[in-house]
Amino acid sequence: MPMRESSNISSKREIKAPVVREYLDQRGENLHKILKESISDFPGAEISVSIDMVTVKIDSVQLVKICEFLKYTEKFGFDYLSCITVVDYEEDQERFEMIYHLISIRLHHKMAIKVSLPSNDPTVPSVLGVWKSADWFEREAHDLFGIEFEGRENLPPLLLYEGFEGYPGRKSYPFHDYGEW
Amino acid sequence: MQVHQQVSEYSDAIDLMVNMGPQHPSTHGVFRLVIWVDGERIVKVEPHIGYLHRGSEKICESEQYSQIVTLFDRLDYVGNLNNELAFCLAVEKLTETVVPERAEYIRVILCELNRIASHMLFYGVYGLDAGATTPMLYGFRERERVQELFESVTGARMMHNYIRIGGVKEDVPDDFDENVLVLLDHLKRGIDECDRLLSQNEMFLARTKGVGIITGEDALDYGVTGPALRASGVIEDVRVTDPYSIYSRFDFGIPVGSNGDCWDRYYVRVEEMRESIKIVEQAISDIPNGDISAKVRRIIRPPVGEVFVRTESPRGDLGVFLVSDGSDKPYRVKVRPPSFANLQALEYMLKDTYIADAVLVLGSIDIIMGEVDR
Repeated sequence: MPMRESSNISSKREIKAPVVREYLDQRGENLHKILKESISDFPGAEISVSIDMVTVKIDSVQLVKICEFLKYTEKFGFDYLSCITVVDYEEDQERFEMIYHLISIRLHHKMAIKVSLPSNDPTVPSVLGVWKSADWFEREAHDLFGIEFEGRENLPPLLLYEGFEGYPGRKSYPFHDYGEW
Repeated sequence: MQVHQQVSEYSDAIDLMVNMGPQHPSTHGVFRLVIWVDGERIVKVEPHIGYLHRGSEKICESEQYSQIVTLFDRLDYVGNLNNELAFCLAVEKLTETVVPERAEYIRVILCELNRIASHMLFYGVYGLDAGATTPMLYGFRERERVQELFESVTGARMMHNYIRIGGVKEDVPDDFDENVLVLLDHLKRGIDECDRLLSQNEMFLARTKGVGIITGEDALDYGVTGPALRASGVIEDVRVTDPYSIYSRFDFGIPVGSNGDCWDRYYVRVEEMRESIKIVEQAISDIPNGDISAKVRRIIRPPVGEVFVRTESPRGDLGVFLVSDGSDKPYRVKVRPPSFANLQALEYMLKDTYIADAVLVLGSIDIIMGEVDR
Protein backbone atom coordinates (compact mmCIF):
# COMPACT_ATOMS: atom_id res chain seq x y z
CA MET A 1 0.00 0.00 0.00
CA PRO A 2 1.79 3.17 -1.13
CA MET A 3 1.90 6.07 1.28
CA ARG A 4 0.92 9.60 0.29
CA GLU A 5 0.62 9.36 -3.46
CA SER A 6 -0.18 13.00 -4.14
CA SER A 7 2.88 14.55 -2.55
CA ASN A 8 4.41 15.94 -5.71
CA ILE A 9 1.44 17.69 -7.26
CA SER A 10 2.30 21.27 -6.47
CA SER A 11 6.03 21.13 -7.19
CA LYS A 12 5.44 19.87 -10.72
CA ARG A 13 4.15 23.25 -11.83
CA GLU A 14 6.78 25.43 -13.44
CA ILE A 15 7.18 28.51 -11.30
CA LYS A 16 9.27 31.49 -12.28
CA ALA A 17 10.67 32.52 -8.95
CA PRO A 18 12.95 35.49 -8.33
CA VAL A 19 16.55 34.86 -7.34
CA VAL A 20 17.73 35.88 -3.88
CA ARG A 21 19.45 39.20 -3.30
CA GLU A 22 23.03 39.42 -2.12
CA TYR A 23 23.91 41.35 0.95
CA LEU A 24 27.31 40.89 2.50
CA ASP A 25 28.14 42.39 5.87
CA GLN A 26 31.43 44.16 6.63
CA ARG A 27 33.30 40.93 7.39
CA GLY A 28 31.96 39.33 4.25
CA GLU A 29 33.06 42.30 2.13
CA ASN A 30 36.57 42.10 3.54
CA LEU A 31 36.77 38.37 2.99
CA HIS A 32 35.46 38.72 -0.55
CA LYS A 33 38.19 41.29 -1.27
CA ILE A 34 41.16 39.34 0.08
CA LEU A 35 39.85 36.09 -1.36
CA LYS A 36 39.58 37.60 -4.83
CA GLU A 37 43.27 38.55 -4.69
CA SER A 38 44.48 35.11 -3.62
CA ILE A 39 42.14 33.03 -5.72
CA SER A 40 44.12 33.71 -8.90
CA ASP A 41 46.65 31.08 -7.77
CA PHE A 42 43.99 28.46 -8.38
CA PRO A 43 43.12 28.19 -12.08
CA GLY A 44 39.44 27.68 -12.73
CA ALA A 45 38.27 28.94 -9.35
CA GLU A 46 35.21 31.17 -9.42
CA ILE A 47 34.11 33.44 -6.62
CA SER A 48 30.49 34.39 -6.08
CA VAL A 49 28.10 35.42 -3.31
CA SER A 50 25.01 33.57 -2.11
CA ILE A 51 22.96 35.82 0.19
CA ASP A 52 25.58 36.50 2.89
CA MET A 53 27.98 33.67 2.11
CA VAL A 54 31.11 34.07 0.01
CA THR A 55 31.29 31.00 -2.22
CA VAL A 56 34.20 29.61 -4.20
CA LYS A 57 33.59 27.08 -6.94
CA ILE A 58 36.60 24.90 -7.61
CA ASP A 59 37.67 21.83 -9.51
CA SER A 60 37.82 18.66 -7.42
CA VAL A 61 41.54 18.21 -8.23
CA GLN A 62 42.42 21.38 -6.33
CA LEU A 63 40.12 20.85 -3.38
CA VAL A 64 42.70 19.66 -0.84
CA LYS A 65 45.17 22.33 -1.94
CA ILE A 66 42.72 25.20 -1.43
CA CYS A 67 41.51 23.75 1.87
CA GLU A 68 45.05 23.62 3.22
CA PHE A 69 45.66 27.11 1.92
CA LEU A 70 42.55 28.49 3.60
CA LYS A 71 43.25 26.74 6.88
CA TYR A 72 46.92 27.58 7.30
CA THR A 73 47.09 31.10 5.82
CA GLU A 74 47.10 33.66 8.60
CA LYS A 75 44.58 36.07 7.09
CA PHE A 76 41.96 33.36 6.39
CA GLY A 77 42.45 30.98 9.29
CA PHE A 78 39.49 28.68 8.56
CA ASP A 79 40.15 26.43 11.53
CA TYR A 80 36.71 24.82 11.66
CA LEU A 81 34.84 22.82 9.05
CA SER A 82 31.18 23.20 9.91
CA CYS A 83 29.62 20.67 7.60
CA ILE A 84 29.76 18.89 4.29
CA THR A 85 26.57 18.82 2.23
CA VAL A 86 25.78 16.90 -0.91
CA VAL A 87 23.11 18.29 -3.21
CA ASP A 88 21.75 15.98 -5.87
CA TYR A 89 21.25 17.64 -9.27
CA GLU A 90 21.35 14.28 -11.02
CA GLU A 91 18.00 14.45 -12.77
CA ASP A 92 18.34 17.65 -14.76
CA GLN A 93 22.06 18.47 -14.68
CA GLU A 94 23.69 15.06 -14.18
CA ARG A 95 25.91 16.17 -11.36
CA PHE A 96 26.32 16.22 -7.61
CA GLU A 97 27.46 19.26 -5.73
CA MET A 98 29.59 19.04 -2.61
CA ILE A 99 29.41 22.08 -0.37
CA TYR A 100 31.96 22.62 2.39
CA HIS A 101 30.99 25.26 4.93
CA LEU A 102 34.06 26.76 6.57
CA ILE A 103 34.13 29.04 9.58
CA SER A 104 36.98 30.89 11.17
CA ILE A 105 36.52 30.93 14.92
CA ARG A 106 39.48 33.28 15.35
CA LEU A 107 38.53 35.87 12.72
CA HIS A 108 34.74 35.33 12.74
CA HIS A 109 34.15 34.92 9.05
CA LYS A 110 32.56 32.18 7.01
CA MET A 111 32.57 30.90 3.48
CA ALA A 112 31.60 27.92 1.36
CA ILE A 113 33.54 25.83 -1.15
CA LYS A 114 31.61 24.12 -3.93
CA VAL A 115 32.78 21.18 -5.98
CA SER A 116 30.79 19.79 -8.87
CA LEU A 117 30.99 16.04 -9.51
CA PRO A 118 29.75 14.14 -12.56
CA SER A 119 26.95 11.77 -11.58
CA ASN A 120 28.51 8.79 -13.37
CA ASP A 121 31.70 9.01 -11.29
CA PRO A 122 31.14 10.97 -8.07
CA THR A 123 34.66 10.83 -6.67
CA VAL A 124 36.22 13.62 -4.63
CA PRO A 125 39.48 13.83 -2.64
CA SER A 126 39.02 13.43 1.10
CA VAL A 127 39.68 16.46 3.30
CA LEU A 128 40.13 14.32 6.40
CA GLY A 129 43.81 15.24 6.46
CA VAL A 130 42.93 18.93 6.78
CA TRP A 131 40.06 18.80 9.29
CA LYS A 132 39.32 15.73 11.38
CA SER A 133 35.67 16.75 11.58
CA ALA A 134 35.29 15.70 7.94
CA ASP A 135 35.35 12.05 9.03
CA TRP A 136 31.69 11.36 9.77
CA PHE A 137 30.37 13.93 7.32
CA GLU A 138 32.19 12.11 4.52
CA ARG A 139 30.96 8.76 5.71
CA GLU A 140 27.43 10.14 5.77
CA ALA A 141 27.82 11.43 2.20
CA HIS A 142 29.09 7.99 1.19
CA ASP A 143 26.13 6.28 2.86
CA LEU A 144 23.32 8.45 1.62
CA PHE A 145 24.63 9.63 -1.76
CA GLY A 146 27.25 7.12 -2.79
CA ILE A 147 30.03 9.68 -3.04
CA GLU A 148 33.46 8.01 -3.18
CA PHE A 149 36.38 9.61 -1.36
CA GLU A 150 39.91 9.25 -2.67
CA GLY A 151 42.11 7.87 0.05
CA ARG A 152 39.20 6.38 1.99
CA GLU A 153 38.22 3.14 0.36
CA ASN A 154 35.83 0.59 1.86
CA LEU A 155 34.06 2.99 4.18
CA PRO A 156 31.81 1.08 6.59
CA PRO A 157 28.21 2.31 6.80
CA LEU A 158 27.59 4.95 9.44
CA LEU A 159 23.89 5.81 9.47
CA LEU A 160 22.60 2.79 7.54
CA TYR A 161 22.96 -0.84 8.45
CA GLU A 162 25.40 -3.30 6.88
CA GLY A 163 24.22 -4.59 3.54
CA PHE A 164 21.80 -1.75 2.79
CA GLU A 165 21.17 -1.49 -0.94
CA GLY A 166 21.02 1.84 -2.74
CA TYR A 167 21.59 5.46 -1.76
CA PRO A 168 18.52 6.80 0.03
CA GLY A 169 19.60 10.46 -0.05
CA ARG A 170 19.41 10.65 -3.84
CA LYS A 171 16.38 12.05 -5.60
CA SER A 172 16.21 8.88 -7.67
CA TYR A 173 15.72 6.66 -4.62
CA PRO A 174 12.09 5.48 -4.48
CA PHE A 175 10.88 7.26 -1.40
CA HIS A 176 7.13 6.81 -1.46
CA ASP A 177 7.00 3.36 -2.97
CA TYR A 178 7.26 1.36 0.20
CA GLY A 179 4.33 -0.28 1.92
CA GLU A 180 3.28 0.07 5.52
CA TRP A 181 4.16 -2.78 7.83
CA MET B 1 26.98 -6.09 28.68
CA GLN B 2 28.58 -8.73 26.50
CA VAL B 3 32.23 -9.58 26.86
CA HIS B 4 34.32 -11.17 24.13
CA GLN B 5 37.93 -12.12 24.19
CA GLN B 6 40.13 -11.52 21.23
CA VAL B 7 43.73 -10.86 20.36
CA SER B 8 44.25 -7.16 19.78
CA GLU B 9 46.38 -5.62 17.09
CA TYR B 10 47.78 -3.18 19.62
CA SER B 11 49.64 -5.33 22.10
CA ASP B 12 50.70 -8.92 22.58
CA ALA B 13 48.48 -9.31 25.61
CA ILE B 14 45.00 -10.67 25.15
CA ASP B 15 42.64 -7.70 25.23
CA LEU B 16 39.02 -7.61 26.03
CA MET B 17 36.39 -6.25 23.71
CA VAL B 18 33.49 -4.80 25.66
CA ASN B 19 30.28 -3.99 23.88
CA MET B 20 28.26 -1.17 25.41
CA GLY B 21 24.80 -0.57 24.06
CA PRO B 22 22.68 -0.08 22.04
CA GLN B 23 20.38 -0.77 24.96
CA HIS B 24 22.55 0.35 27.83
CA PRO B 25 20.99 2.63 30.46
CA SER B 26 23.80 5.19 30.27
CA THR B 27 24.15 5.59 26.53
CA HIS B 28 21.54 8.39 26.37
CA GLY B 29 19.54 6.82 23.61
CA VAL B 30 20.30 4.06 21.18
CA PHE B 31 24.04 4.35 20.83
CA ARG B 32 26.53 1.51 20.67
CA LEU B 33 30.12 1.81 21.75
CA VAL B 34 32.64 -0.98 21.25
CA ILE B 35 35.57 -0.64 23.60
CA TRP B 36 38.88 -2.52 23.50
CA VAL B 37 40.55 -2.56 26.86
CA ASP B 38 44.00 -3.52 28.02
CA GLY B 39 43.38 -4.32 31.68
CA GLU B 40 41.39 -1.33 32.90
CA ARG B 41 42.70 1.04 30.26
CA ILE B 42 40.88 1.82 27.02
CA VAL B 43 42.97 1.12 23.94
CA LYS B 44 40.47 1.95 21.25
CA VAL B 45 36.78 2.71 20.89
CA GLU B 46 34.46 2.42 17.95
CA PRO B 47 31.16 4.32 18.09
CA HIS B 48 28.23 2.91 16.12
CA ILE B 49 25.36 5.25 15.35
CA GLY B 50 22.36 5.19 13.06
CA TYR B 51 19.87 3.23 15.16
CA LEU B 52 17.51 6.20 15.10
CA HIS B 53 18.03 7.23 11.48
CA ARG B 54 14.64 8.29 10.14
CA GLY B 55 15.79 10.13 7.03
CA SER B 56 14.50 13.47 8.31
CA GLU B 57 16.39 15.44 5.67
CA LYS B 58 14.84 13.38 2.93
CA ILE B 59 11.35 13.71 4.39
CA CYS B 60 11.83 17.51 4.40
CA GLU B 61 12.16 17.44 0.61
CA SER B 62 8.58 16.22 0.21
CA GLU B 63 6.94 18.59 2.72
CA GLN B 64 5.95 22.22 2.37
CA TYR B 65 8.03 24.75 4.24
CA SER B 66 5.51 25.35 7.00
CA GLN B 67 5.14 21.62 7.61
CA ILE B 68 8.84 21.07 8.21
CA VAL B 69 8.88 22.88 11.57
CA THR B 70 7.37 19.79 13.20
CA LEU B 71 10.17 17.62 11.84
CA PHE B 72 12.77 19.88 13.40
CA ASP B 73 11.07 19.42 16.76
CA ARG B 74 11.94 15.78 16.57
CA LEU B 75 15.65 16.17 15.90
CA ASP B 76 16.91 17.46 19.21
CA TYR B 77 13.96 16.46 21.35
CA VAL B 78 15.32 18.19 24.44
CA GLY B 79 16.03 21.56 22.84
CA ASN B 80 13.00 21.64 20.53
CA LEU B 81 12.41 25.38 20.40
CA ASN B 82 16.01 26.10 19.47
CA ASN B 83 15.68 23.68 16.56
CA GLU B 84 12.43 25.23 15.35
CA LEU B 85 14.08 28.63 15.51
CA ALA B 86 17.02 27.51 13.37
CA PHE B 87 14.78 26.34 10.55
CA CYS B 88 12.49 29.37 10.70
CA LEU B 89 15.49 31.71 10.60
CA ALA B 90 16.75 29.97 7.48
CA VAL B 91 13.43 30.37 5.64
CA GLU B 92 13.06 33.95 6.84
CA LYS B 93 16.52 34.80 5.57
CA LEU B 94 15.70 33.28 2.20
CA THR B 95 12.37 35.08 1.87
CA GLU B 96 13.62 38.29 3.56
CA THR B 97 10.78 38.24 6.06
CA VAL B 98 10.99 40.77 8.88
CA VAL B 99 9.77 39.26 12.13
CA PRO B 100 7.83 41.60 14.48
CA GLU B 101 9.64 42.73 17.62
CA ARG B 102 7.25 41.03 20.02
CA ALA B 103 7.71 37.68 18.28
CA GLU B 104 11.50 38.05 18.45
CA TYR B 105 11.34 38.66 22.20
CA ILE B 106 8.99 35.73 22.79
CA ARG B 107 11.32 33.52 20.75
CA VAL B 108 14.40 34.55 22.71
CA ILE B 109 12.69 34.11 26.09
CA LEU B 110 11.42 30.65 25.22
CA CYS B 111 14.68 29.54 23.60
CA GLU B 112 16.72 30.58 26.61
CA LEU B 113 14.30 28.84 28.98
CA ASN B 114 14.59 25.82 26.73
CA ARG B 115 18.36 25.98 27.11
CA ILE B 116 17.97 25.98 30.90
CA ALA B 117 15.60 23.00 30.72
CA SER B 118 18.04 21.14 28.50
CA HIS B 119 21.00 21.83 30.76
CA MET B 120 18.92 20.84 33.79
CA LEU B 121 18.28 17.49 32.15
CA PHE B 122 22.01 17.18 31.52
CA TYR B 123 22.72 18.06 35.14
CA GLY B 124 20.39 15.40 36.48
CA VAL B 125 21.48 12.68 34.10
CA TYR B 126 25.15 13.48 34.57
CA GLY B 127 24.78 13.09 38.30
CA LEU B 128 23.17 9.73 37.63
CA ASP B 129 26.06 8.77 35.33
CA ALA B 130 28.47 9.54 38.16
CA GLY B 131 26.49 7.33 40.50
CA ALA B 132 24.57 9.99 42.41
CA THR B 133 20.77 9.64 42.33
CA THR B 134 19.79 12.83 44.15
CA PRO B 135 20.90 15.38 41.48
CA MET B 136 18.54 13.68 39.03
CA LEU B 137 15.58 14.49 41.26
CA TYR B 138 16.62 18.12 41.65
CA GLY B 139 17.41 18.57 37.96
CA PHE B 140 14.09 17.15 36.87
CA ARG B 141 12.23 19.26 39.43
CA GLU B 142 13.63 22.46 37.92
CA ARG B 143 13.09 21.23 34.38
CA GLU B 144 9.49 20.46 35.23
CA ARG B 145 8.86 24.10 36.16
CA VAL B 146 10.05 25.20 32.72
CA GLN B 147 8.01 22.51 31.02
CA GLU B 148 4.90 23.74 32.83
CA LEU B 149 5.45 27.24 31.47
CA PHE B 150 5.96 25.81 27.97
CA GLU B 151 2.73 23.89 28.32
CA SER B 152 0.84 27.05 29.24
CA VAL B 153 2.29 28.92 26.24
CA THR B 154 2.53 26.33 23.48
CA GLY B 155 0.08 23.68 24.63
CA ALA B 156 2.69 20.91 24.53
CA ARG B 157 5.44 19.80 26.84
CA MET B 158 7.94 18.67 24.22
CA MET B 159 6.87 18.83 20.58
CA HIS B 160 5.81 22.47 20.62
CA ASN B 161 5.47 23.48 16.95
CA TYR B 162 5.19 27.01 18.34
CA ILE B 163 7.81 29.02 16.45
CA ARG B 164 6.52 29.49 12.93
CA ILE B 165 7.96 31.05 9.82
CA GLY B 166 7.48 34.80 10.27
CA GLY B 167 6.79 34.77 13.99
CA VAL B 168 5.14 32.53 16.54
CA LYS B 169 1.89 30.56 16.51
CA GLU B 170 -0.15 32.69 18.90
CA ASP B 171 0.35 35.32 21.54
CA VAL B 172 1.45 34.29 25.03
CA PRO B 173 -1.19 34.05 27.78
CA ASP B 174 -2.02 37.17 29.81
CA ASP B 175 -0.16 36.02 32.92
CA PHE B 176 2.99 35.12 30.97
CA ASP B 177 5.14 37.95 32.36
CA GLU B 178 4.31 37.16 35.99
CA ASN B 179 4.75 33.44 35.41
CA VAL B 180 8.19 33.96 33.88
CA LEU B 181 9.28 36.19 36.76
CA VAL B 182 8.12 33.62 39.32
CA LEU B 183 9.83 30.89 37.31
CA LEU B 184 13.10 32.83 37.15
CA ASP B 185 12.98 33.30 40.89
CA HIS B 186 12.57 29.56 41.40
CA LEU B 187 15.24 28.73 38.82
CA LYS B 188 17.82 31.04 40.36
CA ARG B 189 17.45 29.34 43.70
CA GLY B 190 17.25 25.96 42.00
CA ILE B 191 20.47 26.44 40.05
CA ASP B 192 22.31 27.58 43.19
CA GLU B 193 20.97 24.58 45.05
CA CYS B 194 22.02 22.19 42.29
CA ASP B 195 25.42 23.83 42.11
CA ARG B 196 25.97 23.43 45.86
CA LEU B 197 24.74 19.86 45.77
CA LEU B 198 27.08 18.39 43.18
CA SER B 199 29.75 20.71 41.77
CA GLN B 200 32.19 20.63 44.67
CA ASN B 201 31.33 17.16 45.92
CA GLU B 202 34.61 15.41 46.61
CA MET B 203 33.68 12.14 44.96
CA PHE B 204 32.27 13.92 41.93
CA LEU B 205 35.49 15.94 41.63
CA ALA B 206 37.57 12.78 41.87
CA ARG B 207 35.56 11.18 39.10
CA THR B 208 35.51 14.13 36.68
CA LYS B 209 38.58 16.33 37.23
CA GLY B 210 41.28 15.59 34.70
CA VAL B 211 39.22 12.94 32.91
CA GLY B 212 38.61 12.96 29.18
CA ILE B 213 40.76 16.00 28.44
CA ILE B 214 40.64 17.60 25.00
CA THR B 215 42.60 20.72 24.06
CA GLY B 216 40.92 23.67 22.37
CA GLU B 217 42.83 23.20 19.15
CA ASP B 218 41.98 19.50 18.84
CA ALA B 219 38.37 20.17 19.78
CA LEU B 220 38.06 22.65 16.91
CA ASP B 221 39.73 20.23 14.54
CA TYR B 222 37.14 17.58 15.44
CA GLY B 223 34.34 20.10 14.93
CA VAL B 224 33.33 20.19 18.60
CA THR B 225 31.15 23.20 19.41
CA GLY B 226 29.01 24.57 22.20
CA PRO B 227 29.71 24.01 25.90
CA ALA B 228 32.13 21.18 25.09
CA LEU B 229 34.31 23.56 23.06
CA ARG B 230 34.07 26.41 25.54
CA ALA B 231 35.17 24.06 28.32
CA SER B 232 38.47 23.74 26.44
CA GLY B 233 39.02 27.49 26.65
CA VAL B 234 37.87 28.59 23.20
CA ILE B 235 35.62 31.65 23.33
CA GLU B 236 32.99 30.83 20.74
CA ASP B 237 29.28 31.35 21.02
CA VAL B 238 27.24 31.95 17.88
CA ARG B 239 24.92 34.23 19.86
CA VAL B 240 27.86 36.60 20.31
CA THR B 241 30.27 35.99 17.43
CA ASP B 242 27.66 35.71 14.65
CA PRO B 243 24.50 37.09 16.28
CA TYR B 244 21.12 36.00 14.98
CA SER B 245 17.59 37.08 16.00
CA ILE B 246 17.98 39.90 18.55
CA TYR B 247 20.77 38.45 20.69
CA SER B 248 23.07 41.41 20.02
CA ARG B 249 20.82 43.57 22.25
CA PHE B 250 21.40 41.61 25.42
CA ASP B 251 24.24 41.76 27.85
CA PHE B 252 25.50 38.33 28.87
CA GLY B 253 28.77 36.50 29.31
CA ILE B 254 30.28 33.40 27.75
CA PRO B 255 31.40 30.94 30.45
CA VAL B 256 34.72 29.37 29.46
CA GLY B 257 36.60 26.50 31.07
CA SER B 258 40.36 26.07 31.21
CA ASN B 259 41.21 22.36 31.32
CA GLY B 260 38.78 20.82 28.86
CA ASP B 261 38.01 17.92 31.17
CA CYS B 262 34.66 16.45 32.18
CA TRP B 263 34.24 18.77 35.14
CA ASP B 264 34.76 21.86 32.98
CA ARG B 265 32.22 20.62 30.47
CA TYR B 266 29.80 20.11 33.34
CA TYR B 267 30.43 23.43 35.02
CA VAL B 268 30.29 25.52 31.82
CA ARG B 269 26.70 24.34 31.50
CA VAL B 270 25.84 25.29 35.08
CA GLU B 271 27.24 28.78 34.49
CA GLU B 272 25.46 29.00 31.16
CA MET B 273 22.12 28.56 32.88
CA ARG B 274 22.88 31.65 34.97
CA GLU B 275 23.72 33.64 31.83
CA SER B 276 20.49 32.47 30.19
CA ILE B 277 18.56 33.78 33.17
CA LYS B 278 20.21 37.17 32.63
CA ILE B 279 19.02 37.19 29.01
CA VAL B 280 15.46 36.24 29.96
CA GLU B 281 15.39 38.95 32.65
CA GLN B 282 16.45 41.62 30.16
CA ALA B 283 14.06 40.36 27.50
CA ILE B 284 11.03 40.18 29.80
CA SER B 285 11.62 43.73 31.04
CA ASP B 286 11.47 45.30 27.58
CA ILE B 287 9.14 43.01 25.66
CA PRO B 288 7.01 45.29 23.47
CA ASN B 289 3.36 44.96 22.50
CA GLY B 290 2.34 44.41 18.91
CA ASP B 291 2.01 41.75 16.27
CA ILE B 292 3.24 38.24 16.87
CA SER B 293 3.69 37.24 13.26
CA ALA B 294 4.62 38.84 9.97
CA LYS B 295 2.22 38.51 7.08
CA VAL B 296 3.33 35.26 5.50
CA ARG B 297 1.61 33.48 2.64
CA ARG B 298 0.00 30.20 3.54
CA ILE B 299 2.10 28.41 0.93
CA ILE B 300 5.61 29.80 0.99
CA ARG B 301 7.60 29.87 -2.24
CA PRO B 302 11.04 31.33 -1.50
CA PRO B 303 13.23 32.69 -4.31
CA VAL B 304 15.78 30.41 -5.94
CA GLY B 305 18.90 30.29 -3.83
CA GLU B 306 20.82 28.76 -0.98
CA VAL B 307 21.10 29.82 2.61
CA PHE B 308 23.16 28.63 5.56
CA VAL B 309 22.15 29.67 9.05
CA ARG B 310 24.07 29.05 12.26
CA THR B 311 22.45 29.14 15.67
CA GLU B 312 23.57 28.23 19.15
CA SER B 313 21.49 25.31 20.33
CA PRO B 314 21.99 23.97 23.89
CA ARG B 315 24.48 21.46 22.48
CA GLY B 316 26.41 23.73 20.15
CA ASP B 317 26.52 25.13 16.65
CA LEU B 318 23.30 24.07 14.94
CA GLY B 319 23.45 24.82 11.23
CA VAL B 320 20.66 24.62 8.69
CA PHE B 321 21.42 24.65 4.97
CA LEU B 322 18.50 25.17 2.61
CA VAL B 323 18.43 24.96 -1.17
CA SER B 324 15.32 26.38 -2.78
CA ASP B 325 14.32 25.86 -6.40
CA GLY B 326 11.44 28.30 -6.23
CA SER B 327 8.75 25.73 -5.52
CA ASP B 328 6.77 25.27 -2.33
CA LYS B 329 9.05 22.48 -1.12
CA PRO B 330 12.76 22.77 -0.40
CA TYR B 331 15.10 21.13 -2.89
CA ARG B 332 17.51 20.09 -0.16
CA VAL B 333 17.61 20.52 3.59
CA LYS B 334 20.80 19.75 5.46
CA VAL B 335 21.03 19.91 9.20
CA ARG B 336 24.41 20.32 10.80
CA PRO B 337 23.70 18.74 14.18
CA PRO B 338 26.06 19.74 16.98
CA SER B 339 25.92 16.37 18.76
CA PHE B 340 26.94 14.54 15.58
CA ALA B 341 30.22 16.44 15.34
CA ASN B 342 30.78 16.45 19.09
CA LEU B 343 30.47 12.69 19.20
CA GLN B 344 33.36 12.32 16.76
CA ALA B 345 35.71 13.59 19.44
CA LEU B 346 34.69 10.79 21.82
CA GLU B 347 37.37 8.57 20.35
CA TYR B 348 40.01 11.15 21.22
CA MET B 349 38.66 11.87 24.69
CA LEU B 350 38.42 8.20 25.69
CA LYS B 351 41.92 7.24 24.61
CA ASP B 352 43.97 6.05 27.59
CA THR B 353 41.25 6.65 30.17
CA TYR B 354 39.88 3.95 32.44
CA ILE B 355 36.88 1.94 31.34
CA ALA B 356 34.98 3.08 34.42
CA ASP B 357 35.15 6.65 33.09
CA ALA B 358 33.74 5.84 29.66
CA VAL B 359 30.17 6.55 30.73
CA LEU B 360 31.18 9.84 32.37
CA VAL B 361 33.05 11.07 29.31
CA LEU B 362 30.17 10.12 27.05
CA GLY B 363 27.73 11.86 29.38
CA SER B 364 29.80 15.04 29.45
CA ILE B 365 29.36 15.57 25.70
CA ASP B 366 25.58 15.56 26.23
CA ILE B 367 24.47 13.84 23.06
CA ILE B 368 20.90 13.50 21.81
CA MET B 369 20.59 10.59 19.43
CA GLY B 370 17.58 12.04 17.62
CA GLU B 371 19.89 14.75 16.39
CA VAL B 372 22.91 12.56 15.71
CA ASP B 373 21.04 10.08 13.50
CA ARG B 374 18.35 12.40 12.12
